[in-house]
Amino acid sequence: MNIVWLLLIAAAVITAVFKGTMPEVSNAAFKSAATAVELAIGLVGGMTLFLGLMRVAQDSGLVQLLAKALRPLFRLLFPEVPKDHPALGAIAMNFGANILGLGDAATPMGLKAMQELQTLNPDKESASNAMCMFVALHSSSVQLIPVMIISLRAAAGSRNPSEIIVATIVATLFSMAVAVVVSRSFARWQGRKPQGAPA
Amino acid sequence: MTKDLVNAASSWIVPLLILGIPTYAYAAKRIRVYESFIEGAKEGFQIGVRIMPYLVAILVAIGMLRASGAMDWLVTILQPVVAWFGFPVEALPSSLMRPLSGSAAFALSSDIFKLYGPDSFVGRLVSVIQGSTETTFYVMAVYFGSIAVRRTRYTLAASLITDVSGIVGAYVICRLLFQQ
Repeated sequence: MNIVWLLLIAAAVITAVFKGTMPEVSNAAFKSAATAVELAIGLVGGMTLFLGLMRVAQDSGLVQLLAKALRPLFRLLFPEVPKDHPALGAIAMNFGANILGLGDAATPMGLKAMQELQTLNPDKESASNAMCMFVALHSSSVQLIPVMIISLRAAAGSRNPSEIIVATIVATLFSMAVAVVVSRSFARWQGRKPQGAPA
Repeated sequence: MTKDLVNAASSWIVPLLILGIPTYAYAAKRIRVYESFIEGAKEGFQIGVRIMPYLVAILVAIGMLRASGAMDWLVTILQPVVAWFGFPVEALPSSLMRPLSGSAAFALSSDIFKLYGPDSFVGRLVSVIQGSTETTFYVMAVYFGSIAVRRTRYTLAASLITDVSGIVGAYVICRLLFQQ
């Protein structure tokens, strides 16, 4: 992450030198910082609402029920996590919300899952294998109905805006499988190195 | 028609969850739902504050990169490579932008729809790619930021490989389904 972060910034500044876009880059730095804070604040409302709701679901045993239903899948994805750990409940809720396309609900539940995974993490400063797997799975954009892109297509006058749903699900399943294989391979490969080695 | 149904379903889910979960908890399990809700909701604000430095760090870097015009160069460099695979070059900018910024990628997709139409092959391909990839940098900043994990190990590599596989998967399935 250190190298990637530096690379992004270096690429920006070097390009700006050649393209003469330095004023834009300078502006963008301040504007993006402000946007980031707005985003974080904007998350707070939905986060508070769904964390509250999540606690009710947990106290009533609904979360555990969902986690139990998904247990075979979780054994494969997160073998380090004990089978009755609350992390699995939160992960199940996060996947559920993502599948339903509830982005605002998915984030608080995902963060709750990260918190729970952190309680199992021996080194609190570096990511555990379960965390890496969990976050990498997000990149396959687990979603049954891509609502945003369908509205965008409709707005552009598509004859059948939702015709891409099946194709999207297939592509998503494929990239999910890749996420699992890649994360497991990395975990095995890094397992041979001493724990906590910087990546 | 389908779109109306989808939109209607989406607007029903959240109210039904907010009603359904506490009702079940109260009726079936005798949970003190109001106290339980407040107890869980307490953490909301701290998480928002905790992720802020992580979000600022990554969004500033991405914002600078976008403003500099470096993406145009990257597209120019990668064009011959993807063209060799038969991948439409027009779909490249929005695909490259997706892991960095969701809104920018959607804006670029919207341009494609305007230029080639949403029902063209490129239009459909771009749609599927947007639906099978994710704003990886943002997700990583928020998720790891919320628990103050700084060393993310192989997460970025695994996530970006997943994004690329989403693009490849989208291309293959679109070739099968949509190309005459």
